[in-house]
Amino acid sequence: MGRWEFLEEVAVADCAVEVEGTDLDDVFATAAEALAEVMVDPATVAPVAERTLTLSAPSLDLLLYDWLAELIYLKDSERMIFTRAEVHVTQDPPCALTARLRGGPIDPGRTALRADAKAVTLHQFALERAPDGWRARVVVDI
Amino acid sequence: MAGARASSSTSESPRDDESPVKTLPVGDCVWEIPPSEKPGMRVPARIYASETLLRQMDAGVFEQVTNVACLPGIVRAALCMPDGHWGYGFPIGGVAAFRADTGVISPGGIGFDINCGMRVLRTALTEDEVRPRLRELVDALFAAVPSGVGARGFVRLSDDEFREVMREGAGWCVRRGYGWPEDLAATEGGGCLPGADPERVSARALGRGREQLGTLGSGNHYLEIQVVPPDGIHDARVARAFGIERPGQVLVMLHCGSRGFGHQVGTDYLRAFDQAMGGYGISVRDRELACAPFRSPDGQAYFGAMTAAANTAFANRQVITHRVREVMARVFGRDARALGLSLVYDVCHNTAKLERHVVDGEALDLVVHRKGATRAFGPGAPDVPAAYREIGQPVIIGGSMETGSALLVGTAHAMEETFGSTAHGAGRTMSRHAAKRRVWGETLIEEMASRGIIVRAASKAGVAEEAGFAYKSLAEVVDVVHRLDVSRRVVSLRPIGNIKG
Repeated sequence: MGRWEFLEEVAVADCAVEVEGTDLDDVFATAAEALAEVMVDPATVAPVAERTLTLSAPSLDLLLYDWLAELIYLKDSERMIFTRAEVHVTQDPPCALTARLRGGPIDPGRTALRADAKAVTLHQFALERAPDGWRARVVVDI
Repeated sequence: MAGARASSSTSESPRDDESPVKTLPVGDCVWEIPPSEKPGMRVPARIYASETLLRQMDAGVFEQVTNVACLPGIVRAALCMPDGHWGYGFPIGGVAAFRADTGVISPGGIGFDINCGMRVLRTALTEDEVRPRLRELVDALFAAVPSGVGARGFVRLSDDEFREVMREGAGWCVRRGYGWPEDLAATEGGGCLPGADPERVSARALGRGREQLGTLGSGNHYLEIQVVPPDGIHDARVARAFGIERPGQVLVMLHCGSRGFGHQVGTDYLRAFDQAMGGYGISVRDRELACAPFRSPDGQAYFGAMTAAANTAFANRQVITHRVREVMARVFGRDARALGLSLVYDVCHNTAKLERHVVDGEALDLVVHRKGATRAFGPGAPDVPAAYREIGQPVIIGGSMETGSALLVGTAHAMEETFGSTAHGAGRTMSRHAAKRRVWGETLIEEMASRGIIVRAASKAGVAEEAGFAYKSLAEVVDVVHRLDVSRRVVSLRPIGNIKG
């Protein structure tokens, strides 16, 4: 299971997060959970909806960018927050992922709101191999 | 971040961290980093700050403003205003002008929240009249102006209507009855910037923004009831031109932008420029500075989509204005006109605009990027409305929800020094997480209530993030821009009611 940490000294008005995963699948899934954590208290989202998603991109890091941008898009277009994800990433070009998402609608009476993520930035954006798997750094515009 | 922590160990600079970027004083509150400090810098970087504010600027400011100085077609200098802090791509508080014929346009120089901006309305009400109904007013505004993650507005738009909004901006709202005709003259660019091209906007951007007209957002966005304090009028003549006559007068200020629609336009084009840039032979020091030649098909496509988003932001603030008028009329039992709820002004602070400025004696068409910076055109400048033509454009600088805000006026000197630009806020000094560790949102709301400031928020955590201690001193920022004469102090305002996302 991956882990994430908010980086407080980077882009102070926004939200920088470093994500580590045992493999690519894990780092993508963990990044999605971290993003949900930025926007809401995940415990206050009823896990009533499932969604399957496929994406492809010309490189692995842009696949991560598109993945997180898609989750932000679903937050605004459908008012859905997905707090859990199982992701399978294919590295062979074109890079691709298949994800099974679980989450629920933003419910004003139940969901504890945090920050409304606007976008994933490319500032210091990185996806790289780490000693114990993969590591990503993402700055989310708040 | 690539590169060392920026700043100075030279004797000239008050900065005290370790890395050796020269930050040289070149005038009162003006600091310059020469082009020799970083390979690829085409012009100097210029930072406007007191010694105190310069010390408070994080390392990212120095790294980012020098990165901007490397972009093709930049003229004179890459600028950072005194409220500057670490952003993404450009620093927040960044201003840069690029030749329209040979320069670039960069989404990272505008930000995802395209035409995030400020609007202020005056009223004929006094604090004594409002105070007895303040909680009722704040509650009613909180209910009428949706805020926070996932909020939907009351305006329902078809795709064709949404495209009309993109082309017409605030004018669309007035046409539909969500505003007064005179609101448009009191809005930067008349509430509609030329060049919007809805055909350059993706279906995803439409899908994200279609239901969000009239919503506030979250983060540092707010709707605030403010009062002129006893010592708050600094320039009575200009204040009177703004319709601000006396201490105790109540105003309404709002801060928001283009919502998910603009965020998606920024996302789409950042992603596209990241891939297309190499084809133009451009490389950048930070991928967030991805850019394209302004006159290229890619540059023009982004300019058309970005302007569509800017116009939608004007419409968003106009629809919220309509809601404010409805609510205040209901709460105070008088028509909005009888309450004197006229627009003082509406300014953008995240845009790129085609403007003509004189550089080294030559009038040039420039693409002026302002990211967390306010236009501050002086007397007689183009686009300053007739009511303000002799005094200059009103400037709105929003402070933290605890400490207050300020109205200033643009100057002729700003046209020469900063491409007609000034600061936009107080500027953060503390991360959001650090602020949340220091105070609970609920506790802060209670403390502020004991000081006479009523807060309603969609997110309690968001309140803690926006605590006054997380920001620089607004008074110091205003003092610097006043001393620099890139805008002049007119009125100080203190909050009594705040609606947050």
